[in-house]
Amino acid sequence: MPISPATALSSSLDASVTPLVEMLDIDKAFPGVRALSGARFELRAGEVHALMGENGAGKSTLMKILSGVYTRDAGEVRLNGQPVEITSPRQAQDMGIGIIHQELALMRDLTAAQNIFIGREPRRAFLLDEGALNRNTHAIFDSMNLKLEPTVKVETLTIAKQQMVEIAKALSYQSRVLIMDEPTAALNDAEIAELFTIINRLKAEGVGIVYISHKMDEIKRISDRVTIMRDGEYVGTVPAADTPIETIISMMVGRTLTNDALVIPNTSAAPVALEVRNLNRGREIRDVSFSVRKGEILGLAGLMGAGRTEVARAIFGADPRESGEIWVNGNRVGISSPQDAVRAGIGYLSEDRKQFGLATGLDVRNNIALASLERFIGPGGVINDGAMHETAEKFIRQLSIKTPSDTQEARLLSGGNQQKVVIAKWLLRDCDILIFDEPTRGIDVGAKAEIYKLLNALAEQGRAIIVISSELPEILRLSHRIGVMCEGRLTGMLPGGSSQEEIMRLATLRPSAVAETNSERKSA
Amino acid sequence: MTDITAPATKSGVRISGAFHRLLAFSGLIALVVVFSIASPNFMQTQNVLAILQATSVNGVLAIAATLVIITGGIDLSVGTLMTFCAVITGVVLTNLGMPLPIGILASILAGTFCGLISGSIIAKLKVPPFIATLGMMLILKGLSLVVSGTKPIYFNDTPGFNQIALGSAVGSIFPSVPVPNGVLILFLVAAIAAFVLSKTALGRYTFALGSNEEAVRLSGVNVDRWKIAVYATAGGICGVAGLLIASRLNSAQPALGQGYELDAIAAVVIGGTSLSGGRGTVVGTLIGALIISVLANGLRILSVAQEWQTVVTGSIIILAVYADILRRRTL
Repeated sequence: MPISPATALSSSLDASVTPLVEMLDIDKAFPGVRALSGARFELRAGEVHALMGENGAGKSTLMKILSGVYTRDAGEVRLNGQPVEITSPRQAQDMGIGIIHQELALMRDLTAAQNIFIGREPRRAFLLDEGALNRNTHAIFDSMNLKLEPTVKVETLTIAKQQMVEIAKALSYQSRVLIMDEPTAALNDAEIAELFTIINRLKAEGVGIVYISHKMDEIKRISDRVTIMRDGEYVGTVPAADTPIETIISMMVGRTLTNDALVIPNTSAAPVALEVRNLNRGREIRDVSFSVRKGEILGLAGLMGAGRTEVARAIFGADPRESGEIWVNGNRVGISSPQDAVRAGIGYLSEDRKQFGLATGLDVRNNIALASLERFIGPGGVINDGAMHETAEKFIRQLSIKTPSDTQEARLLSGGNQQKVVIAKWLLRDCDILIFDEPTRGIDVGAKAEIYKLLNALAEQGRAIIVISSELPEILRLSHRIGVMCEGRLTGMLPGGSSQEEIMRLATLRPSAVAETNSERKSA
Repeated sequence: MTDITAPATKSGVRISGAFHRLLAFSGLIALVVVFSIASPNFMQTQNVLAILQATSVNGVLAIAATLVIITGGIDLSVGTLMTFCAVITGVVLTNLGMPLPIGILASILAGTFCGLISGSIIAKLKVPPFIATLGMMLILKGLSLVVSGTKPIYFNDTPGFNQIALGSAVGSIFPSVPVPNGVLILFLVAAIAAFVLSKTALGRYTFALGSNEEAVRLSGVNVDRWKIAVYATAGGICGVAGLLIASRLNSAQPALGQGYELDAIAAVVIGGTSLSGGRGTVVGTLIGALIISVLANGLRILSVAQEWQTVVTGSIIILAVYADILRRRTL
């Protein structure tokens, strides 16, 4: 099935052309929250329109209304100038509106082809026509230049490939409007380039693309116009090319942010807090050794699948390691479970807060106390709520966590504040070695700056910090030293403030080739 | 050194992977081998047929449970629904004196209807499957007693009714292999269920629902309708089980039924179907059901006390699931 948009509109951005989509004065309230108030959005055929705003600004809600997941309380939605009512995802798809959700909405146990055509399986009589299903899927993959077997099970694919399956699914609906919610969150540079090629092709065919992202450089690269939202309201629409990033950011946060420059403290005399020697685990971690001093921030850079998270999880005892030693404050420690790691003073902040870091159903207070509950157990085994409350309040003030109270459920906080709650948890547990895995994933610009400030403050207090990040600007902004990984190996250790090019060179160094020649030499 | 060990471990993983994938089947073979060595009577045709016959009711119920479990749900009512269907058949055939085909139809329709209700409660009212079918289990247990007046209904007036399970269409053609019809029906139900799961939309959505229900919903599929259809199909299959048990006992025993659901779920789990949904096979369930009956039969032949058979079955369930966890860890 070729990608052919149902619209014959030219790709010109002439304002006199009827917009593909108009959303006017959209209101939406959820119990206790006003998510949207007079929100507006306009999408023309053949444009990439970025939708920006901090978390909770209402971007996703607005797009869920357009794609039929939510229904609006008030306002009007027009498609090609005609007012429409979109009441279900199915109806939106039939109108040519496709959405790629931020949390990948795939069925892991099904094949790629079965996922793409779910709900529209080709049939022969009442039987499924698996042959046609796979042929159609193959055609879509071909049109995307994607090398993927239609019959591969989704659970065996990398996140990036799963993302491509999602895109293929949206394309299969012949969508005229394609909404992408943070499509590059899990992609590496090569994959992003591939995605952008596909976006440009769709654009040339007259598809209108809504692009939600926090990454400024991408917005600049790919989009034609940017609409900014704040607190559920429309702030403005600007052309992407000639609007400075600072302007867009200040529209998003409603104030101007100062970007602190990197200051590298001299920690060469400070004692080593954590040392890893010859860590190994299958193909994921190969002979990794490094150390972090007190007061130092070590960045770990690399492409997706380079093994950074695996190293962190092995140090933390979350995954078993095959060999290797871990030394904390000059003593060798046996770590075979997270419990051992925490006892040794190591805290790990997972990239997936909802799955691993936060008990989303519990309140802020209990989340902070979660790793140190024994401190709050009074006589008779009864939990001392008063003491817990005082401690929680102390951290809420210290880390300026934005929450109505310490009894607020953690899931109701924004991403940045959830991250702070997890940090508070490890601080309370006296963890002096903190490993942050993608600390600002899904966190908006304003909160990002705050998290950076907090990490710097933690280092100044003498804690040893490891930051894993896929965003190079973030690594460069924070790290006093930068370790670069590729295919499970530490391919280099760079001083802070190194160039992006140098990091990328090490991140794409094929160590497997190097290793093979080495072992050949050894055996010879 | 690494160069020598690397390929060795690789093939080692491959062998054990294949072994684990066939774990339930290997387990069944191992049991058969052990029991045939331990007792010469075990592999006698008569005993093999007895094992198969004993598997038929639990096997059919387990297939019903498999469908529901693949969606990520659970059906605790399969046992008492089976009894309810048997009682309905009794009412239709004995009390109302209708002809045999009507009685058969009534059982399957009653099962489908009850499944439809369970499914609707789960899909529309959003009651968790565990609770909805727990309630349904008790409701049907009570209704069976109410409808039958707490007394068994006998099928003495319907000659041929006991032939549904006990007769042997195969035996009338090949007298040397008198496979009972009940066993034939089990394999027929299994074949149809396997076909539905792999070739029809209902099957596709069964797996899709268990894999990621929200994703199915966002794909514009009418999730409620398909979920109800799965429970209704499972209910219809319980109707078949109702016919089998009633035919075997030549009566509808209204007090029977509770406890069967756990045997059925045990067979499903031993057969490798994941309780968290999204994966499972009918063949696996069939093997699971056979393992349970072979164990019971073999231990009985070896004169192991009934109490101990239950202990062994329980241990097998835990072992089977643990083996599955190990398998997934090595992959």
